[in-house]
Amino acid sequence: MATMNMVHAINLALKEEMQRDKNVVILGEDVGRDGGVFRVTEGLLDMFGEERIMDTPLAESGIVGVAIGMAAYGLKPVAEVQFMGFIYPAVDQIFNHAARIRSRSRGRYSVPIVIRTPYGVGIKSPEHHSESSEAHFCHMPGIKVVVPSSPYNAKGLLISAIRDPDPVIFLESTRLYRMIKEEVPEGEYTVPLGKARIVQEGGQVTVIAWGSMLQKTMKAVEGMDAEVIDLMTLNPFDEETVYASVKKTGRVVIVHEAPKTGGFGAEISASIAEDAMLYLKGPIKRVTGYDAVLPLPKLEDYYMPTVERIRKGIDEVMQY
Amino acid sequence: MPETTIESCNVKRLEILSETGDADESLMPPLSDSQIRELYETLVRMRTFDHRALNLQREGRIGTYASILGQEASQLGTVYALEKEDWVFPSFRENGVLIGRGYEMYMILQYWGGDERGIKIPEGLNIFPISIPVGTHILHAVGAAIAAKYKGDKAATLAYFGDGGTSEGDFHEAMNFAGVFKAPVVFICQNNQWAISMPRVKQTAAKTIAQKAFAYGFEGVQVDGNDIFAVYKATKAAVDKARGGGGPTLIECHTYRMSDHTTADDASRYRTKDEVEAWKAKDPILRLKLYMEKKGLWNEEYGKQVETDATATVDEAVKKAEAVERPRPADMLTYTYKELTPRQVKQMRDF
Repeated sequence: MATMNMVHAINLALKEEMQRDKNVVILGEDVGRDGGVFRVTEGLLDMFGEERIMDTPLAESGIVGVAIGMAAYGLKPVAEVQFMGFIYPAVDQIFNHAARIRSRSRGRYSVPIVIRTPYGVGIKSPEHHSESSEAHFCHMPGIKVVVPSSPYNAKGLLISAIRDPDPVIFLESTRLYRMIKEEVPEGEYTVPLGKARIVQEGGQVTVIAWGSMLQKTMKAVEGMDAEVIDLMTLNPFDEETVYASVKKTGRVVIVHEAPKTGGFGAEISASIAEDAMLYLKGPIKRVTGYDAVLPLPKLEDYYMPTVERIRKGIDEVMQY
Repeated sequence: MPETTIESCNVKRLEILSETGDADESLMPPLSDSQIRELYETLVRMRTFDHRALNLQREGRIGTYASILGQEASQLGTVYALEKEDWVFPSFRENGVLIGRGYEMYMILQYWGGDERGIKIPEGLNIFPISIPVGTHILHAVGAAIAAKYKGDKAATLAYFGDGGTSEGDFHEAMNFAGVFKAPVVFICQNNQWAISMPRVKQTAAKTIAQKAFAYGFEGVQVDGNDIFAVYKATKAAVDKARGGGGPTLIECHTYRMSDHTTADDASRYRTKDEVEAWKAKDPILRLKLYMEKKGLWNEEYGKQVETDATATVDEAVKKAEAVERPRPADMLTYTYKELTPRQVKQMRDF
């Protein structure tokens, strides 16, 4: 089995799905000859040609809107938005159409698209290149939001996302792209959407994280009797796994990179409060980015939850 | 070095049928007498439907409704040029497009009466659901056109929007993508002079909307949108070109919104009676009637029969729409995703 990073694992998923199904096409800025600014689509143009790997004009709403039309016609487009900070022009298309066309047409039409976009702090880049705005998308019924945290899961989740009959926002942490290597099987396997993964079993505290925060969380819990859940799909999130863990440990820490207010941690906290409150030994703690405009690289290390902040959060809930 | 002209464009306008019902025979598209009668009868049915829908809204029997009064020729003339495999992407003022494409009138009333099932397009009818956010669906028509080309289908797509829609960014992005990908799409702009209270001159400083196409590398043409022969002819040419690999075309149907923006609007607040009166003389159905009369295709008796038939058809549609049982509340959850999420399963218990 080959060892590879997340860039290569995602590339492999795209390649295999395109070989399997000729309705799978890729479109986006610089995805063809350039192979994408992170090289995620490298080599695919030579393999599949311009008809299936479409370099588009520089227009995010256009990319997503055109992908919606293609999907309605029977293709399975994988659209790339170059950075999550640039997805906002396409939000109209995502919210007003991709999310609603199945409902609007009472099931006659659907929009099986995947929108891949790199997100999060990680590459010391200019403004708008480091956003984590997953919560906005989780609030819109009709779309799914998926965030892998490792090469193996990135491949399996992306294959599931491409085969999923509904629109999926697929977030790829720029920090993780080349950070971890692990064994990734060639050939078909899927990681199901809507299912979380217990990365480490434990009895004293449940720590919930996703995407870029998982590595830090794993460091933070070293030596602790902590159960770590990698949520992987944020919408719909795996309530069952979360509640089962909370019922076992009675303590919860949620870690995310996005700002605290209105972040997806709030949804998880509220859900636990609704459905598993009586199993809690103490308050739920969220360790998150600050309620601040994401700073430029000189300050981004202060913005991001650190191993120390996560550990401090766990220590706080362990007081109860 | 002297400056040189490196690009220029000629914006053409096509008119065939005058207000007095005289046609330029040299420009006439090949339409048989029975086809011309079919056009007239469909136009009358559209207008009868539209009039009834307005009344139903006033009586509280349907919700907000956007009238097509005055735009019937632009709507029928375009869809009449299509084949079964072609696709239309309508906005909210395309009830005539739907009717012209063979869509059940009772379902249109069901939709505007507040029931999504009214826009659940039957299989085999290539219509996309009505899109309300202005201009946004133009991109879908381009995407579908690129997909049709990729699959090797001989299909063209038609995107419908108004003069207001051309101010939206998505109009630009759609035209741009269509040009770059040489997509088999035809852009139908019904320039009806008003976007709610904003006149056409406040949407763009350009003299015509048709000329915008040239900036994207393809042809644009203006047609008299109240002249069904001109609309049909231009659309047929554009659709044939698209299917033959010739790429997109923008057709500006120069017409007029005779009614308010919707039933929630009062156009007398922002436009003059004189303006509306002047357009009455340009009415698309009147001029076709005059033409047919001159050709011996129309007489009082036929005219009455057409109206009686249209009324009966619309009566039937209203009856059918009002007899449809109410939608099930659970439907709002059922069609969000292909399968219910675990949380939706719990929410379903409320119904």
